[in-house]
Amino acid sequence: MSLETILQLVISSTLVYSAPLIFTALGGTFSERAGVVNVGLEGTMIMGAFAGVVFNLTFASQFGALTPWLGLIAGAVIGLIFSLLHAVATVTLRADHIVSGTVMNLMAPALGVYLIKLMYGKGQTSMIAENFGYWNVPGLAKIPFIGTIFFTKTSATAWVAIIVAFVASWVLFKTRFGLRLRSVGENPQAADTLGLNVYALRYTGVLISGVLGGIGGALFAQSIAGNFSASTIVGQGFMSMAAMIFGRWNPVGAMAAALFFGFSQSMAIVGAQLPLLNQVPAVYLQVAPYVFTVLILVVFFAKSKAPAADGVNYIKSV
Amino acid sequence: MNKINSYGTGLVAGLAVFFGLMVGAIIMLVSGFNPVTGYVSLVQSALGSSLNIGEVLRSMTPLILTAAGFLVAQSAGFFNIGLAGQVWVGWIASTWFVLVNQSMTPWLSIPLAVIIGALAGALMGALPGWLRAQFGASEVITTIMLNYIALYGGNAFVQGLPKKLMTTTDMTVTLPTEDSLRWDLLANLTGGSRLNIGFIIAIVALVAIWFIMKRTTLGFEIRAVGLNPDAARYAGMSAKRTAVTAMTISGLLAGLAGATEGLGTYLNIFSQTGAPQVGYDGMAVALLASGSFLGIFFAALLFSILSVGGLGMPLASGVPTELVSVVTASIIFFIGANYLIRLILVKIDEDDAKQKAKKLAGPQKKGRNDKKVEKEAE
Repeated sequence: MSLETILQLVISSTLVYSAPLIFTALGGTFSERAGVVNVGLEGTMIMGAFAGVVFNLTFASQFGALTPWLGLIAGAVIGLIFSLLHAVATVTLRADHIVSGTVMNLMAPALGVYLIKLMYGKGQTSMIAENFGYWNVPGLAKIPFIGTIFFTKTSATAWVAIIVAFVASWVLFKTRFGLRLRSVGENPQAADTLGLNVYALRYTGVLISGVLGGIGGALFAQSIAGNFSASTIVGQGFMSMAAMIFGRWNPVGAMAAALFFGFSQSMAIVGAQLPLLNQVPAVYLQVAPYVFTVLILVVFFAKSKAPAADGVNYIKSV
Repeated sequence: MNKINSYGTGLVAGLAVFFGLMVGAIIMLVSGFNPVTGYVSLVQSALGSSLNIGEVLRSMTPLILTAAGFLVAQSAGFFNIGLAGQVWVGWIASTWFVLVNQSMTPWLSIPLAVIIGALAGALMGALPGWLRAQFGASEVITTIMLNYIALYGGNAFVQGLPKKLMTTTDMTVTLPTEDSLRWDLLANLTGGSRLNIGFIIAIVALVAIWFIMKRTTLGFEIRAVGLNPDAARYAGMSAKRTAVTAMTISGLLAGLAGATEGLGTYLNIFSQTGAPQVGYDGMAVALLASGSFLGIFFAALLFSILSVGGLGMPLASGVPTELVSVVTASIIFFIGANYLIRLILVKIDEDDAKQKAKKLAGPQKKGRNDKKVEKEAE
């Protein structure tokens, strides 16, 4: 295997595995910047995966190659609705954020499989017909070497995700809305005094995380898993959360961290095809992403700082 | 506004269960099932025969242990989602020990195996405790990651066991019942269910943990650290050491639960698709129990009835088993959002008071409100 093919394989599979994590980690960033810890990202991804797969199975014959992209929208809508549960619980009903997030994680697989059983009469769906395939970036793919390893047979959604990360960074740090969102995560009391609607802003933060988490789940299901079952999403939501922490609650940082997690996840899959790595027992590659997550938290958590009012309920005094 | 916190946790938990069951009923209704038939079939499958009652008690065993484990960690301010992984390593370690020592007398091998399982779980719990105490790494994420590490690592360990211990690549041979926690007396009492000595272990452990937490210095320190680590440190306690100890006890109980699963319920090890569900269910049991040890017993009973009954639902009424997990999650939702329940209770009380005021006749009964007023007057 030539160096060029090896790099091309590694980079394209990294991008495929990173894309869902990037979207979801960005979602988490919005929620936590608004002051709501969202452990429920895993559950949100599960519901997004459910929606994406069901949409794909139902409409593949009508929309053809466009189906997976529309499936992302289906994932976003269901993610939005599902995250409303978290918003209502934490913002309005003053629930503990971790408990509410855990409820989402318990609820999502059960609800998803329940509905799948009703719709298809079995615990997991068939494989979807329309996948996100590989894509060559027009123009850029023609560049020698660089073009081959980065822009041929690559993942279109990953490049979209990277662009979205920069847009998210602009929204969060350069717009009036971003400033307001961050202020309710840092000091809701002060924001309230200045006339901002703390509850509405926190709802917005959580709902954005629902949309992005739903997209992440739908993307994972339609580009990697290929169907929906109780074990479609196995920790990707939590990994996204770790990516967000690793990226210091900063969209571009979260994106970079998600790329790293995507890389380590993809190694478990393509490692067998690579020289040297194919000597390593599969189980080590399988647990590597999880071990890295722990190590990264240990090394970086002390240095990174969460928004000051992250996870703290704001009770407006009357 | 003070009134909102004046309601007992028992009342709130009861209402949370009621609302959770209502959510389940609505979901059944919307998806075309008759909720009454559904719930009747659930109760019948759970309590319809002595065999099923035995299975309910059997399924309480790991739930009591993991819930107690969760509660100890929670008292120290830890949210231990890693119970599932801790159960899994306890299950593997204990059962593996008996599998390779079948020549040893069960009077020795079984107690040793149970201890080894508990220790494996304890190590698995101590690690995230130490990582947070030492480095500030959020245990919410590290425990979840450790669940996956335990899951895949454990599966690889099982698949790598010597061929003579295996029936298939994913499943070990079954232990003879004399080399296990099974006890004929318990099985015969319950129509041949898998109820075993693990249940007795769980009850004893629950009482012991209650004693440790409420009556010993260690328990006091754990609770103090959970309430206010800075104050605890100021009072001369080592917040770090106490936190790690609490997580170790938590993991120990989960490991014990794993030992009862391996040596009491299944009598073998088989590779899993996800970390054992009892870990997550135990967390739900503890949250429903809202900090009460007696509450753990009843919450475990309720969730066992739901889960054993849920298995019978598809056959009897066509409702998929997963409905039970939706109900469980809903119950915990209402526990978390208990502010809602308290608001409703306040509303009911106020309506009551208004109606009484309207009547303006007859001697006033002493109600909750009056008591509250008296308290405030003091």
